[in-house]
Amino acid sequence: MKLLAVAEQRDGTLRKVSFEVVSAARAIATELGGTVEAALVGGPGTASLAADLARHGAAVVHVAEHDALSLYSDGYASIISELVRGDDWFAVFFPASAMGKDLAPRVAAKLDLPLATDATALAAENGELVITRPVYAGRAFAKVQLNAETRLVSLRPNVFRATEKAVSLQTNALAVGEPETWRVRVREVKAASGDRLDVGEAPIVISGGRGMKGPENWHLLETLRDAIGPSAALGASRAVVDAGWRPHSEQVGQTGKTVSPQLYIAVAISGAMQHLAGMRSASTIVAINKDADAPIFKVADYGLVGDVADVLPRLSEEIRRLRGD
Amino acid sequence: MKIIVCIKRVPDTESRIRIAEDGISVDASGIKYIISPYDEYALEMALRLKEKAGEGDVLVVGVGAAASTEQLRTGLAMGADRALLLSGAVELDGLATAKVLAAAVSSEKADLILLGAKAADTDQQQVGPMLAELLGSPCITVAASLEVENGAVTAHREIEGGVEIVDTALPAVVTLTKGEHEPRYPSLKGIMAAKKKPLEERPIDVPAARILVKELTYPPERPPGRIVGKGADAVPELVRLLHEEAKVL
Repeated sequence: MKLLAVAEQRDGTLRKVSFEVVSAARAIATELGGTVEAALVGGPGTASLAADLARHGAAVVHVAEHDALSLYSDGYASIISELVRGDDWFAVFFPASAMGKDLAPRVAAKLDLPLATDATALAAENGELVITRPVYAGRAFAKVQLNAETRLVSLRPNVFRATEKAVSLQTNALAVGEPETWRVRVREVKAASGDRLDVGEAPIVISGGRGMKGPENWHLLETLRDAIGPSAALGASRAVVDAGWRPHSEQVGQTGKTVSPQLYIAVAISGAMQHLAGMRSASTIVAINKDADAPIFKVADYGLVGDVADVLPRLSEEIRRLRGD
Repeated sequence: MKIIVCIKRVPDTESRIRIAEDGISVDASGIKYIISPYDEYALEMALRLKEKAGEGDVLVVGVGAAASTEQLRTGLAMGADRALLLSGAVELDGLATAKVLAAAVSSEKADLILLGAKAADTDQQQVGPMLAELLGSPCITVAASLEVENGAVTAHREIEGGVEIVDTALPAVVTLTKGEHEPRYPSLKGIMAAKKKPLEERPIDVPAARILVKELTYPPERPPGRIVGKGADAVPELVRLLHEEAKVL
């Protein structure tokens, strides 16, 4: 039995979610008695990334590389579909990243296979793959099975743990197809935040709500983020984004991003249902709010009642002290 | 320009979800239904494109229960010209829904088909690109902005830590997320006009779902938390707990 993990690179670097997908596939393969292979599509030089996937347990790494594949296009779906079509795969796992959420449905439609999106847990039960995935923006979870020869599943980033299990590297070059027939092209990628992590992927997220009183007070959150270091990213509540204080790319909640960081710090956020939906799967939640009755305290592991202008500078200072700066 | 917007009837995003006795579906009693918020962004975009072009036809299409006519009427009141309900029971299988849509809309020869990036109930985020594949059309997903000029489509697509600028050509399928424009509210005049606009109902057979729901559960309860203290004086204790107990700092 073979399982395929679709990896993702950007600018010639493997994204962390790739290791999560390979590791999650390996865990299922171990239970069902199968092997894991990986697929990777990218620009020239992509094959050099294969070793890192083998280090996480991919027995064969299928690579397609071409100038026209440096940036994502609909060519990716053609290449992956051909690979899946050409062999018997028990399951194919994709990252539920911006790329994977575009790629997986296209592959599913090309192959006429059902797809489960954004899984947060996988299990093998009686030889069958059981997938847990959030519905209603995390207000409920559905356990589903796919009635198909090949099960297509995308996995939510930051949920599955990447673990190493080195196997010897074996690569297979995939046919690239006909780039001139691809019709959707990424012309340019604009980095919104320089080298900073996206709020959807950062291990630590600090989100500000309407209680911050205005965008001019965001420096308090930026100082805290800088004190924690490069693993932290800033988020925002819907009210803050609707008011135009922060961009939509930072919004956490039902019409924004769903995050699962190690640590989520909700600052001056009351905790509306649609916000909780986006962050309640964080490992540890801290709430800072001056209203002791705010609903956010019901989901927080640690609550601090106080005014942000007093609390945040002290928090940044104490974290710097802890870090020995 | 001929634009189709696919809209879905979903529970209000602030409603409490209760699992029904069968353990695999949601108790519909007491739930208020709305147009899925992302589909509203798609409809707003369609209306703006039509207004900018100075001409056009916007058709709103729904797949689902007869009650979905309520959301289609709202779409007409917002400014769509026609509505089509493909009435049948949809389940949690995006490809089955995409097949129903593809069969119904291919004869419309639309320039542009817009959908929300995902439905606010099933959260599968797949019908748009699947529909595009079935129709053989190019597709851009999760667009925050969209421009159409001389048959060329340009969209800004949100990715992790950045924005992709993506190009393709009409006819195309685009899925929308929140962007610059908030969806408009139907005006009283719009609501009155909607009553006279055509709403066709067409019964359909939805292919059997191949995604089988075994169980629906509530999110895991979080263990009860605690209030560490009040004001800046409580900060050192909070940092100590995060460092020593939660081990996240």
